[in-house]
Amino acid sequence: MTNTLKMKIGTFAATTMFAASAFAGDLVITFDDLNPDPKQAFEEAVAAFEAANPDINVTVNNGDREAHKSAIRNFLSANPPDVTSWYPGNRMGPFVDAGLFEPIDDLWAENNLNEDMAAVKPTMSRNGKTWGVPYSYYQWGVYYRKDIYDKLGLSEPKTWGELLSNCDALKGVGVTPFTIGTKYLWTAAGVFDYLNLRTNGYDVHNALTDGKIKYTDDRIRATFANWEEMLDRCSFIDNHASMDWQGGVAAFANGDAGMYVMGNFAVGAMRDAGLTNDQIDFFQFPEITPGLPMAEEAPADAFFIPSGAKNKEDAKKFLAFVAQADIQSKWNSAIGQLPPNSKATVGDDKFLQEGFAVVSSAAGLAQFYDRDAPAAMASEGMKGFQEFMLDPSKLDAILERLDQVQAEVYK
Amino acid sequence: MQTDISHTQSSWMSRHKLEIAPFIFLIPALFFFFIYVVIPILQSLQLSLYAWNGLYDGNGQSTSTFIGLENYRTLWVDPNFWISIKNNILWLFLYMLSVPVGLMIAIFLNQTVTGIRIYKSLFFFPFVISQVVVGLIFGWFYNPDFGIVAKVWQFFFCEETINFIGNKTVKCARPVPDILSSADYATYGIIFAGLWPQVAYCVILYLTGLNNVAADQIEAGRLDGAKGWKMLWYVVLPQLRPATFIAVAVTVIGALRSFDMIAIMTQGGPYGMTNVLSHYMYEVAISEYGERYGYGSAVATVLFAIMMVFISYFLWRMYQDERRGA
Repeated sequence: MTNTLKMKIGTFAATTMFAASAFAGDLVITFDDLNPDPKQAFEEAVAAFEAANPDINVTVNNGDREAHKSAIRNFLSANPPDVTSWYPGNRMGPFVDAGLFEPIDDLWAENNLNEDMAAVKPTMSRNGKTWGVPYSYYQWGVYYRKDIYDKLGLSEPKTWGELLSNCDALKGVGVTPFTIGTKYLWTAAGVFDYLNLRTNGYDVHNALTDGKIKYTDDRIRATFANWEEMLDRCSFIDNHASMDWQGGVAAFANGDAGMYVMGNFAVGAMRDAGLTNDQIDFFQFPEITPGLPMAEEAPADAFFIPSGAKNKEDAKKFLAFVAQADIQSKWNSAIGQLPPNSKATVGDDKFLQEGFAVVSSAAGLAQFYDRDAPAAMASEGMKGFQEFMLDPSKLDAILERLDQVQAEVYK
Repeated sequence: MQTDISHTQSSWMSRHKLEIAPFIFLIPALFFFFIYVVIPILQSLQLSLYAWNGLYDGNGQSTSTFIGLENYRTLWVDPNFWISIKNNILWLFLYMLSVPVGLMIAIFLNQTVTGIRIYKSLFFFPFVISQVVVGLIFGWFYNPDFGIVAKVWQFFFCEETINFIGNKTVKCARPVPDILSSADYATYGIIFAGLWPQVAYCVILYLTGLNNVAADQIEAGRLDGAKGWKMLWYVVLPQLRPATFIAVAVTVIGALRSFDMIAIMTQGGPYGMTNVLSHYMYEVAISEYGERYGYGSAVATVLFAIMMVFISYFLWRMYQDERRGA
């Protein structure tokens, strides 16, 4: 709470300061990551921007991520900064629809971003316009214990059948194939998204999160049938509903579980738990429906210009600046993520290299279930996924319930 | 004439001084009560008739749309709402256990032994710590990996072995009960945690009550041959009525506003099975996946209506008692 308050005060102070000063070159940027690496990378980028534009005086308000999520709902209309960080997909939807963000199609066209960032353009678009510039994204996939795989003579699975037989082998020696922690629900959505993307593909994922397909649709049922097979033959660790995702890492680090469907940020936690690069590795979630183009989960973080911004001119300069290939290369190798600009270079970490290979050949990039679907749907949907994982026999009731919510949410 | 009027005016003031004075003293309290309690309640009632995602547009206009009683209609068919109601009722009934348990402990502690003050303060201790801390402690207590429940269970049903890559691990003949992730037991687990501080509260209420029990009546009862349960029921309990009344009132209200522990221990999970109205309201309106302020207000309104039933009853009882006392 105090954080939120501080941020509001900060934003307020910053905007009043702007009003008082006569310089046209004051730029207020609100950012939402206080973790050491992201904070430093952001500050370095801002410093580089100031060096390149000495006439612009940048004020930064960097706040806690969770506090930012609630504060943005107020400051966008009350005291808008000139630039703010936020998420694309449906997460930007309510703000776009309320007219709180500024469309920046001209900026995309002038800076050739329509080609350089073609892969993420769909998720930055809504109502036929483009709304922000992504500065970073990261891949999802399966992280696994390479030492366990090697000891059993297993290889990275390319197909569903191979994954299932790997699971059999792991179970045979008492290793639970998958770890997860579903206390905060979203981890289960990652598994669902991948199963759905591999069973039905990118278009069905989008149609489902747009509310155009029912949850009781046969295609979605097929996804759940695969999930049930995964629960049955692969199985997840016990007690996952009491654990957060970091709790899931513990079983993985101890060698009690062999694989983890996760985002690339988990590598940091795995290393902190004592695993080395020789012990962990990454593979793309294997093919389920043969021949189906493989789409990936790759949530992006972006910058937006509030429609109430006082200095849109310089705000656009800043967005164009962070879209540059060299800035994105430096920024993302510092925070261990991928640069959305296809001309940028990827850090030499093996997970980044593999991840980049996967996402650059992807048939489409999904944001994530809870960013692609509206909040009310995502909240119920993820509850349903967790319930299904705990008791697959309730499937029919869950799907009917989700249909009901869907009818409510998208009407 | 002139002086006459001023004279009658001041005499009106002085004649009604006693009636006016209380209101003057009440004004500051009433003012803040209206601003911070009454007006928000009315706003919340009004908001429950709108669909609103909590946003104002660029011109500062609310993006809400009027939908009449639609939110309440949705509530009626929302299974999460009914789960919350069911859990609220469970809370109400089971939380009541804190009254008799508190009484028992208070009677037990109401003796003069060396160090009784230390025991009393130890029993009172859980009420002093924040509900959030209690929730956190019990969350660990129930944790199926390192909690004390798990450790006891593992002692009976599990053995330590070496896993495939040579690390120590625990294999169990029967899986450790995961209380907070079980749709059947999670609510009971949270209520049990909530009882800990609530019992302490009741203990304190009864301890002060027991101080005021008239010794001569106990004496007289003893002469008439009352002891044990009869003494408790016919002599002690009637004198504890004011304490019992307060204990029941705070327990009912505590049960209905239970929020902190649920937010800390389960966030309403697994899959919404431990939600109560107050937490469900938070979830649909304010939480990360909220954004339905109108709907949240409708939930709040229902909770308000339920609370009003109890609060009106308590106020009526207090009024009756005061009239009888006067």
